Amino acid sequence: MVKSTSKDAQDLFRSLRSAYSATPTNLKIIDLYVVFAVFTALIQVAYMAMVGSFPFNSFLSGVLSCIGTAVLAVCLRIQVNKENKEFKDLAPERAFADFVLCNLVLHLVIINFLG
Amino acid sequence: MMAGSGLHFVVLILAVAICGAASVFQPISDSHRSAAVDVFVPVDGSYKSLEEAYEALKTLEILGIDKKSDLSSRTCENVVKVLGSSSSTLKDAFYALSVNGILKCKTGEAVLLKDIVSQLQAGVKGAKSLLDFYYSVRGLVLVKEQFSGTDLSIGDAEAIFRSIKTLSQTDGRWRYSSNNPESSTFAADLAFETLAGVISLAPSEIDQSLIQTLKTGILKLFDSIQKYDDGTFYFDEKSVDASQSPISTTASVIKGLTSFAASESTGLNLPGDKIVGLAKFLLGVGIPGDAKDFFNQIDALACLEDNRFSVPLILSLPSTVISLSKKEPLKVKVSTVLGSTAPALSVKLTQAISSRSKDSSVINNQELKFDADSATYFLDSFPKNFDVGKYTFIFEIVLDDSANEKAYITEAQTKVPIAATGVISIENAEIAVLDSDLGSVESQKKLDLTKDGAVSLSANHLQKLRLSFQLTSPLGHVFKPHQAFFKLKHESQVEHIFLVKTSAKKSELVLDFLGLVEKLYYLSGKYEIQLTIGDASMENSLLSNIGHIELDLPERPEKAPRPPVQSTESHSSYGPKAEISHIFRIPEKLPAKQLSLVFLGLIVLPFIGFLIGLTQLGANIKSFPSSAGSAIPALLFHGGIAAVLLLYVLFWWKLDLFTTLKGVSLLGVFLLFVGHRTLSQLAAASNKLKSA
Repeated sequence: MVKSTSKDAQDLFRSLRSAYSATPTNLKIIDLYVVFAVFTALIQVAYMAMVGSFPFNSFLSGVLSCIGTAVLAVCLRIQVNKENKEFKDLAPERAFADFVLCNLVLHLVIINFLG
Repeated sequence: MMAGSGLHFVVLILAVAICGAASVFQPISDSHRSAAVDVFVPVDGSYKSLEEAYEALKTLEILGIDKKSDLSSRTCENVVKVLGSSSSTLKDAFYALSVNGILKCKTGEAVLLKDIVSQLQAGVKGAKSLLDFYYSVRGLVLVKEQFSGTDLSIGDAEAIFRSIKTLSQTDGRWRYSSNNPESSTFAADLAFETLAGVISLAPSEIDQSLIQTLKTGILKLFDSIQKYDDGTFYFDEKSVDASQSPISTTASVIKGLTSFAASESTGLNLPGDKIVGLAKFLLGVGIPGDAKDFFNQIDALACLEDNRFSVPLILSLPSTVISLSKKEPLKVKVSTVLGSTAPALSVKLTQAISSRSKDSSVINNQELKFDADSATYFLDSFPKNFDVGKYTFIFEIVLDDSANEKAYITEAQTKVPIAATGVISIENAEIAVLDSDLGSVESQKKLDLTKDGAVSLSANHLQKLRLSFQLTSPLGHVFKPHQAFFKLKHESQVEHIFLVKTSAKKSELVLDFLGLVEKLYYLSGKYEIQLTIGDASMENSLLSNIGHIELDLPERPEKAPRPPVQSTESHSSYGPKAEISHIFRIPEKLPAKQLSLVFLGLIVLPFIGFLIGLTQLGANIKSFPSSAGSAIPALLFHGGIAAVLLLYVLFWWKLDLFTTLKGVSLLGVFLLFVGHRTLSQLAAASNKLKSA
């Protein structure tokens, strides 16, 4: 039984990998960016867990900047993905412009809150 | 000006302090003379200007003080220098001539004189303002007085008179010049003295009707006179930024009036009580601190002293206290403002009103006797019902109508506050301890309040203490003292003061210890007794230590107030206070530096991982436009984003939000254009690829 479950897991993992490799490169870049942002956030949380939350506003702004930019990247990925029927008429350049603008606004607020 | 306004304030205080329109004014006395020496004799032996020299020398001359000879010689040198030079101004020439009139310097040849006269005559002809007229005309008058035999012609006197008169105004004040609309009462003085000078230089040429209109103008000036409650009158400038104090304004009006009256043969009908009021105002100033005010005061009083028409007489009292026990007479002096003797007259005390019964007078129409040796009038007999207390005496002066050279004027009535004092007898003084319920006397002692006693009493909190005495005035009436205090002082220096009330028959104080237990802070023990009786009319006010009393009070309960701590070292409150140790907020514990640096390194790791992943994925910038027209907007776009991020870093580092927002908006607009360009070009390119 154990052997089948582990084999099933391995098969599942292998199929996911092969399916993922079919995605276009630009989407993979966006995914990578999201992973990077989330990792940065996790490291900050771990640091805060160790040393305490004294400048709490700084901690919040750091974490929220990472999470925010990750969310914006996810939105970009949704809008750019050609398989999404809802955003067929939206040009990817337009989505990218929105992404840039929203990021700039987010970072302005973050820097203000950083203190 | 500060001294002037300060003096005005002092005069105001004097006026306010005098209640009931009764006050005493003293003529100029020796204290004035000694103060004048301090004010007017310069330390370094010379005066700063001829104007100052004139004021100082004139004041010293009026007060009869000898001037030092080296001072005179140095001032004379100055005078000769000014009179000799042809380039001195009218003002300098005028003051030089004035000083010369006082010091009588030897000026030398008559050549000097002709130059001066011609300069002054030119000044008269070409005068445009009141001051020019004043200096030149008065200068000519002074030359006429000092150097007899010189022929002075002033030119067309009537024309000059008229041109000066154009500067007058209907409200009695005068303007300084025809272009300057500013008018003042001080200018009126200059005008009057100038016109008096014109009249004296050419007496037959002036039309009488002109002089008449001038007289009405002078009387109009009196409409602006102001008065205080004690009967003094004064002039003050209406304009707010006047550089003249009431003293100088009043003095200038007096000088102008008297000089005009002196040159006029018929005289002015000046209201008598106002002249006396003005004299009283100047005397009421006392000794001015400012040299200019001092000069103005003395000069104006000298004008009042010595004019032909209205010389005020001042009634003064050396002492306003009558002592019934010493039986001294009340002395009254009548003199002119500068202290010279008055002519033959009689002084009558018309009324003496007591402060207690204001409607009836104790003394009526008593004539005062005259003592020729000391030139004082005195009243030595007082009626039988003249008791101690405060009175207002009303005096009247009646002039003997035998031929007087000058016309003297006095006040209709002079009110003077007088205090009568006497020895108050104290009788039946006794102190007793009573049982409160029955009122029976437990112990009673007679007191002799004139000396300290050694009475020893004892009481507990259920008993009362009674102190009583009788005060009688010399005439036998019951006397109510202003202050009657009974003080109990504990061994621990805690004091309590009680007031002794006076009724119609006697003065009595009853202390009920039952009610006072809390006030005495429940302190039992030995208390010293002290009695104070005092009054302004009482010549034998006393403070006597009667003795002591042992008080037995109950125990202090928990909630009773403690007696105040008597700080024996009161001087220690002036030493340095204890150091204040401030408690600052404990700073938060920060993590160790190495830990922070480790995490800084760790943070960078995901970014490195991102870059490695990008290269593994094969990310490229192949679709970066290559042609120049498209490359530039693309470059600018990336550059713009980098600039915005750099601005954010600067914002965190040193800028504030508003500057950053300004920068961001500018860059944002730029980015908008550039980004739109780039992305639309990219979109066009990808559309072309798709369709192709």
